[in-house]
Amino acid sequence: MLGYDVSWAAFNIVEVMSSSKFTYKRIGYLAASQCFHEGTDVIMLTTNQIRKDLSSPNQYDTGVALTGLSCFVTPDLARDLANDIMTLMSHTKPYIRKKAVLIMYKVFLKYPESLRPAFPRLKEKLEDPDPGVQSAAVNVICELARRNPKNYLSLAPLFFKLMTSSTNNWVLIKIIKLFGALTPLEPRLGKKLIEPLTNLIHSTSAMSLLYECVNTVIAVLISLSSGMPNHSASIQLCVQKLRILIEDSDQNLKYLGLLAMSKILKTHPKSVQSHKDLILQCLDDKDESIRLRALDLLYGMVSKKNLMEIVKKLMLHVDKAEGTTYRDELLTKIIDICSQSNYQYITNFEWYISILVELTRLEGTRHGHLIASQMLDVAIRVKAIRGFAVAQMATLLDNAHLLTGNTQRNGICEVLYAAAWICGEFSEHLEDPMQTLEAMLRPKVATLPGHIQAVYVQNAAKLFATVLQKHEGETDSQVAQETSQLLIERLPLFVQSANLEVQERASCIIQLVKYIQKLQQKNVEVADEVTALFAGELNPVAPKAQKKVPIPEGLDLDAWINEPPSESESEDEKPKSKAVFAKEEPKHSRRHTEVDEKELARRREVRKQEQANNPFYIKASPSSQKVFDAPGVEHIPVVQIDLSVPLKVPGMPMSDQYVKLEEERRQKDKADKKKKDKKKKREKRGKGRKADSGPESEEDITPAQQVDIVTEEMPENALPSDDDDKDPNDPHKALDIDLDKPLADSEKLPVRTHRPEVLKSPAEDRENESIPQESKKKSSKEKKEKKKDKEKDRKRSKEEKKKKKKHKEVEEELMESQPEEAVQSEDTKEMAVPPTSAEEVTAPSSTAAVDTSSAAAAESEPDEPKDTEPEDTKSSKHKKKKQKKEKEEKEKKKKKRHHHHHHHRHHSDGGGEDSVQNGTVEDEEPLPPMSNYSLLAENSYIKMVYDIQGNHQDESKVVVSVIFENKSDSFLKSMEFNVLDSLNSKLQRPDGAGPHDGLTVPFQLPPGVSNEARFVFTVQSIVMPQKLKGTLTFIVKSEESSTHEKLDFKLHFTCTSYLITTPCYSDAYAKLLESGDLKGSSLRLEGVNMPFHHLLARICFHHHFSGALTSQRSL
Amino acid sequence: MIKAILIFNNHGKPRLSKFYEHYTEDTEQQIIRETFHLVSKRDENVCNFLEGGLLIGGSENKLIYRHYATLYFVFCVDSSESELGILDLIQVFVETLDKCFENVCELDLIFHMDKVHNILAEMVMGGMVLETNMSEIITQAEAQTKMEKSETFIFQCPRQDR
Repeated sequence: MLGYDVSWAAFNIVEVMSSSKFTYKRIGYLAASQCFHEGTDVIMLTTNQIRKDLSSPNQYDTGVALTGLSCFVTPDLARDLANDIMTLMSHTKPYIRKKAVLIMYKVFLKYPESLRPAFPRLKEKLEDPDPGVQSAAVNVICELARRNPKNYLSLAPLFFKLMTSSTNNWVLIKIIKLFGALTPLEPRLGKKLIEPLTNLIHSTSAMSLLYECVNTVIAVLISLSSGMPNHSASIQLCVQKLRILIEDSDQNLKYLGLLAMSKILKTHPKSVQSHKDLILQCLDDKDESIRLRALDLLYGMVSKKNLMEIVKKLMLHVDKAEGTTYRDELLTKIIDICSQSNYQYITNFEWYISILVELTRLEGTRHGHLIASQMLDVAIRVKAIRGFAVAQMATLLDNAHLLTGNTQRNGICEVLYAAAWICGEFSEHLEDPMQTLEAMLRPKVATLPGHIQAVYVQNAAKLFATVLQKHEGETDSQVAQETSQLLIERLPLFVQSANLEVQERASCIIQLVKYIQKLQQKNVEVADEVTALFAGELNPVAPKAQKKVPIPEGLDLDAWINEPPSESESEDEKPKSKAVFAKEEPKHSRRHTEVDEKELARRREVRKQEQANNPFYIKASPSSQKVFDAPGVEHIPVVQIDLSVPLKVPGMPMSDQYVKLEEERRQKDKADKKKKDKKKKREKRGKGRKADSGPESEEDITPAQQVDIVTEEMPENALPSDDDDKDPNDPHKALDIDLDKPLADSEKLPVRTHRPEVLKSPAEDRENESIPQESKKKSSKEKKEKKKDKEKDRKRSKEEKKKKKKHKEVEEELMESQPEEAVQSEDTKEMAVPPTSAEEVTAPSSTAAVDTSSAAAAESEPDEPKDTEPEDTKSSKHKKKKQKKEKEEKEKKKKKRHHHHHHHRHHSDGGGEDSVQNGTVEDEEPLPPMSNYSLLAENSYIKMVYDIQGNHQDESKVVVSVIFENKSDSFLKSMEFNVLDSLNSKLQRPDGAGPHDGLTVPFQLPPGVSNEARFVFTVQSIVMPQKLKGTLTFIVKSEESSTHEKLDFKLHFTCTSYLITTPCYSDAYAKLLESGDLKGSSLRLEGVNMPFHHLLARICFHHHFSGALTSQRSL
Repeated sequence: MIKAILIFNNHGKPRLSKFYEHYTEDTEQQIIRETFHLVSKRDENVCNFLEGGLLIGGSENKLIYRHYATLYFVFCVDSSESELGILDLIQVFVETLDKCFENVCELDLIFHMDKVHNILAEMVMGGMVLETNMSEIITQAEAQTKMEKSETFIFQCPRQDR
């Protein structure tokens, strides 16, 4: 805080935060927001305080808590408070709503599991009546969508609506930006967008909005550019508007205009190129940011025609911008521009070399290395230029003192590295190798950095070879001998070098030269042999070539080449060689191990020969070999162009000359062409620099020289893959979640659901992740305690159970009793039965596939169908989809001989731990969508579907979620939901309400809208299926009249609807199997034609089982 | 997302710093220093956007700043924010301060740091823009001030009784 570390006060801050007075509370939260972070340990103490403040009646308490929380939310806080914040998203005060909505983004980041459950509500908020809330929701979704756009495509129509209706520029900007992110994924969206965006561009007066529109239109155009006829009108519009921006006197607009322009440039370079004048003008701007942007643009605007001109202009700027980072930027840009797409735009490489040489004059630049690599690249890849390049480099070497003169930290001396290498490698082009050799061996060289000296020494040897070659056979061997002498005199300087590389090379070479000198004195001809030392040509290798060498078929990199060495040896050697390779390329461990093995093998044993013949060995390190004869070179496309006479410019040419020359050349070309027009038959290619060039089309501008650009080598079969690795630590990755999938129960947030009626103990419900299942379990427990007779039931021994099994009720009972025992029954027997064998029910009860359950705890899964069946057959069809479904399933099961499904639970320690599982079973194959909602009742006004879920927290309660859907054209309001309680199940009513009062549904329904309300029921016994009669009364309000309507329904509680899941781990399950308590039964179903796992999933889903599949597999 | 909001004066003295991501104190100071160096050497009439190798920056982020009399208001934002929008936001922020303090000056920021933070909290929350409507911001800020005052009043009453 204020630049001081106040972590010592963290606890005091917590104290202040918990003050009851707003004044202090606010100060506390402010302090916390400034200095708390994820590492603050006292933060865990704040959870309850924050929760309290969030639910404070004072909106500013809540507001302050939200604001503070937004700054220091941790994964733990996010998890614990997600539900409270969710609730606040529907707060009555917009002030709270907007803050709650906004903070959800932070919560999502820290606790990604909350995204899916919270998303529907977030979506709702997009249409909130309050513009602030709306804009907050847009804000959050835009942030989310920016990182994972594809998950939010489905929201496009909604946003589209917002875009056309909203007048808030902030919201518009956000939406338009969002569309910019979405259109690359969905081109159709782009087409739709163009028109409204264009309208906005025309109509808006806000520059910010205009700019974003243009930006998005550009994005759209980019995404369309592939498959669509050109939207040249839109492009023109954009470019026009941008031009206006760039011409504006406001520097900000100018900057943004250039920024947007560079986006167009990528796909529609032509339309930008027409504004070259404007952009060049921006290069002169006094604002550096603008100049940099303009530079970026230039990159895409060069053509063969204007390259020289543009670079000339840039060179002028380079001179002006002495000693700034901007100059460095210019330098890299010049090189970028020239070298782009394989030197595509360079027509005259002599010009380019002289530009590079000129750039070496810059003092204090950091980019010597860049220039050097360009020189090397050009000299190696453009064969025709070598002569010229060598001459230039020789001059450079000669004047090396100019470069190295001033400062030691001068990065520019890097170019000497390139110069020395070029002179040495292509020394046959040197006019006076002797002089260059002399220049390379000056004492001053010893002040250069080591790696440069090393190159000097090596290339001195190459030059020496050239000199010998040149003077061989001359009668007077004077020159050759002088050269040897020179080397012998000068090299000792390098032998003393501190740099190991230099030392080693120098000592080698000095011995070599001494030997040669002896031979010379005996008049032995040695030139050929010395030259042979440096024979062969070096080809460029693509940077990624080595990575891309595919592993040849049949090569097992993990296999031993030799017998594995004895333990002790390998331990000695392995680490060494590993370290060597790990340094270079730690990523490619596989290949390394190969090399590694070889190293071992080689060191240890003969093998050398085999290695030489080993093709893999060579391939793995192409760069270290002279690859001129490597396979694959033949396939490299080499641009062969007829020769035209290269320019000879004596001395050190200035690049400017080339501009003039180029002009002349083009003039000449033009003239030639005219001539040719007259004399059509004349041969096309004259000597000199004539060529057939249309003056207008730049493609026809001929290069001044023969350009033989050697492409970089890639290994055969190289894979074109580019490894673009995303940062695995990106927190947004976790938010890449499919939002369109229906919510599974397990994903439900720790939510306090039933807002309207049952807010008895909000904290309690908080955590019920899978409300349905657990509640049953717990409820059963409570019941136990309460009712003796029921207790008895549960505690019945096996025998008793067996007797009772025959009755429906028994089944139910069994089911209830699950919680009691640690382990429940499993149909182990079923499992033993091979799937194909059809069995009739083994259990006593005939119709139903009754799962017998173990003594105390009975776990019966397959019995649901039976439970319901009797009733189903009678009454279900007209009422409850759920039942129908069950029945269907059952039938299907029958058809397809159902083996078994079992599910197991183990009794949790009673702490009500949340189980993550739920009814849905995910399988490899996509399952058909399933819904637990079944029809409750329906008439012409309204349709009700419902689902019953147990409650993990409170076992005596179940939650019935009812979705009301307005089917009419009228407005439905004053809905009252009432149920006739039975002894076993009671609707929970707010305190003070009579036992027969209805509950008001907390919302009204406009036409076509549906909404969900939750009602809580207290359940006494979970072994009794129940049907509760109920009524919904409501007022239908249409324009002219309003009428009272009512709708009767029957709520059906099956025993399975009380089930909640509990995980049963393998050890517990094993014990269960061991105990022999598991009972099994099976039932044959005919004619099921759905895949087995689908069936299983459905059963599990509808009856809140889980884990069935996995356990089955494990068996 | 807004990554940080900084206010410092012409001499680089920080007057308000709000980071929406956690940095250590040292890093924060370094960021402020660096930002000041970048911003202060720019002319008055150049554009208000800055990119460059910043500690806080990264390539994706931009500095958007405005210079008022003795103070620099700097917002560090990522690409999801509209540049011109943020400039407007700075303007709104300054105007709001001006209204709340009645002719705001550097001293107000020094002596009422909490108030500035509170106003800012009404505009930007957790790095996202919460409210851009000036009157709404002022209403909420004033309502809270009023509440504080009434609390003080209640607090003092019993004392007087005694």
